[in-house]
Amino acid sequence: MNIIALDSSSGVAGAAIYSEGRIIGEYSLNHKMNHSRTLMCELEELAGRLSFELNTADAVAVARGPGSFTGLRIGVAAAKGLAMAIGRPMVMVPTLEGMACRYQGDSRLIVPMLDARRDQIYSGIYRFRGKESECLYDAEALSVTSQIERLNGLGGEAVLMGDGCDAFAREIEEQLKIPYMVAPVHMRYQSAAAVAVWAAEHFEPVPAEDAAPEYIRPSQAERVKNGG
Amino acid sequence: MNRGPVILSWETEMKILAIESSCDETAAAVVEDGRRMLSNVISSQIDIHTLYGGVVPEIASRKHTERINRVADKALSDAGLSLPEVDAVAVTCGPGLVGALLVGVSFAKGLALGAGKPLIGVHHIEGHICANYVASPELEPPFTALVVSGGHTTLARVTDYGEYEILGITRDDAAGEAFDKVARAIGLGYPGGPKIDAVSDQGKDDSIPLPRAKVDGSEYDFSFSGLKSAVLNYLNSEQMAGREIVQADVAASFQRAVVDVLTSHAFAALEKHGEKRLALAGGVASNRHLRAAFEEGCRQRGIELFCPPPILCTDNAVMIGSAAYYEYKKGVRHGMDLNAYPALKLGESV
Repeated sequence: MNIIALDSSSGVAGAAIYSEGRIIGEYSLNHKMNHSRTLMCELEELAGRLSFELNTADAVAVARGPGSFTGLRIGVAAAKGLAMAIGRPMVMVPTLEGMACRYQGDSRLIVPMLDARRDQIYSGIYRFRGKESECLYDAEALSVTSQIERLNGLGGEAVLMGDGCDAFAREIEEQLKIPYMVAPVHMRYQSAAAVAVWAAEHFEPVPAEDAAPEYIRPSQAERVKNGG
Repeated sequence: MNRGPVILSWETEMKILAIESSCDETAAAVVEDGRRMLSNVISSQIDIHTLYGGVVPEIASRKHTERINRVADKALSDAGLSLPEVDAVAVTCGPGLVGALLVGVSFAKGLALGAGKPLIGVHHIEGHICANYVASPELEPPFTALVVSGGHTTLARVTDYGEYEILGITRDDAAGEAFDKVARAIGLGYPGGPKIDAVSDQGKDDSIPLPRAKVDGSEYDFSFSGLKSAVLNYLNSEQMAGREIVQADVAASFQRAVVDVLTSHAFAALEKHGEKRLALAGGVASNRHLRAAFEEGCRQRGIELFCPPPILCTDNAVMIGSAAYYEYKKGVRHGMDLNAYPALKLGESV
């Protein structure tokens, strides 16, 4: 099975190509938020270097959210165009589960946290038994304090991932009582390779025309209109 | 931007699949040789934005993302083509709402890369002007163009295909924006243009004195915010005085003031440059009173007037496919680093 994977859900713009059980190439930039200029160049460069024919992919996988609204759309819209062009379906990978996938096999609580602005994080809590992941708390937008309280209640040990660890470092240090580790920088952020692996293991194809980001949060205008 | 070969003649017809998502219409079309419309699909979001009294950028971006594949698929099937049969992919890359533009640009890049087709980023206003090439096969540069829409008011000379000399732009609100704001103030709601156009039929267009603004030191630039404020001040003072406001009179007088400014600027420019052809474009060019005023003014001056039908005046992708053809012929090709440029100027390269 061949999978093209993209992730531009927050600071990282990443592309990866998975072929027959291997990541044959990955390109990852975590420098400036100019994903529109970089993401598809990465894929073009990768495919070229690997002599990988894009139309030999079985699916186009993309981080579907949560994440930056604009970042998600850059990745999802590009993936929708690509999938339409090669006549293949998409796999919409939950951003946080894709990230957690980097700690497959680890028995600690895996806690991706994305900076969601407005003093919140997008976060979920996962635990692996071997390759199988169990979702203890699904992705949602909440305060870092609320998530820390959950972790304190759950007990055990935790691995924290994502740019939320950077944005809320002080709160974590002051409030988190259970033993924890903030993932080292080479493991902390989104990875298109992990998106590809998640897609290969949970191959749930959707037609490109039905694919859409999972924002979790409504738009500001909708929040105001509904009195939120 | 990369430069491809400049192509001087064609042996075969060139078909371009074009995408437009700069505001609240998700659109796709196939255009042949810049002149022939093979399909024209527009998915309007107006119902949704009407609930908010205007375009909400985040909602527009979300809807574009949901709809864009079906719109592009329909543009191909209406043209009786499959993607491998088109020769290039074109997309609006600016100006417009950045989040909305990014959906079309990202989607088009995915399409172009996946299908191995050249990619051409197109200026939205250039597109509006080029709608005239589709509507009027005999029209060729040079001519003068006036683009009037919800987001833009631009007077320009089209000196050659893809070559523009900007004469005037708006310094504040676009003409269509002023229509929306005035319509809201007199309780007509969104979108303002068609509603004011309709209600004006029952009003007297000289019943309320309103200014025709000139911009100091810039003969052809426009300013509509003063006019909008004058309407709001009028409404306020009438309410304070306890007098009844006649909606149709306000609408007609406001519309007349906008049309007067647009016609006087355009005719002054035509006269100065000795130009005998004027092309209208943009959503507001569908306004019946505006069209009538230009028809009359052009007839009196012996100027030939071009104006696309309303379906090509509103935001659409046919116009993008037409503009892309002439850009392509000049050698314009864009790479996978094509971005969205919310404030792109007409004639500016990206």
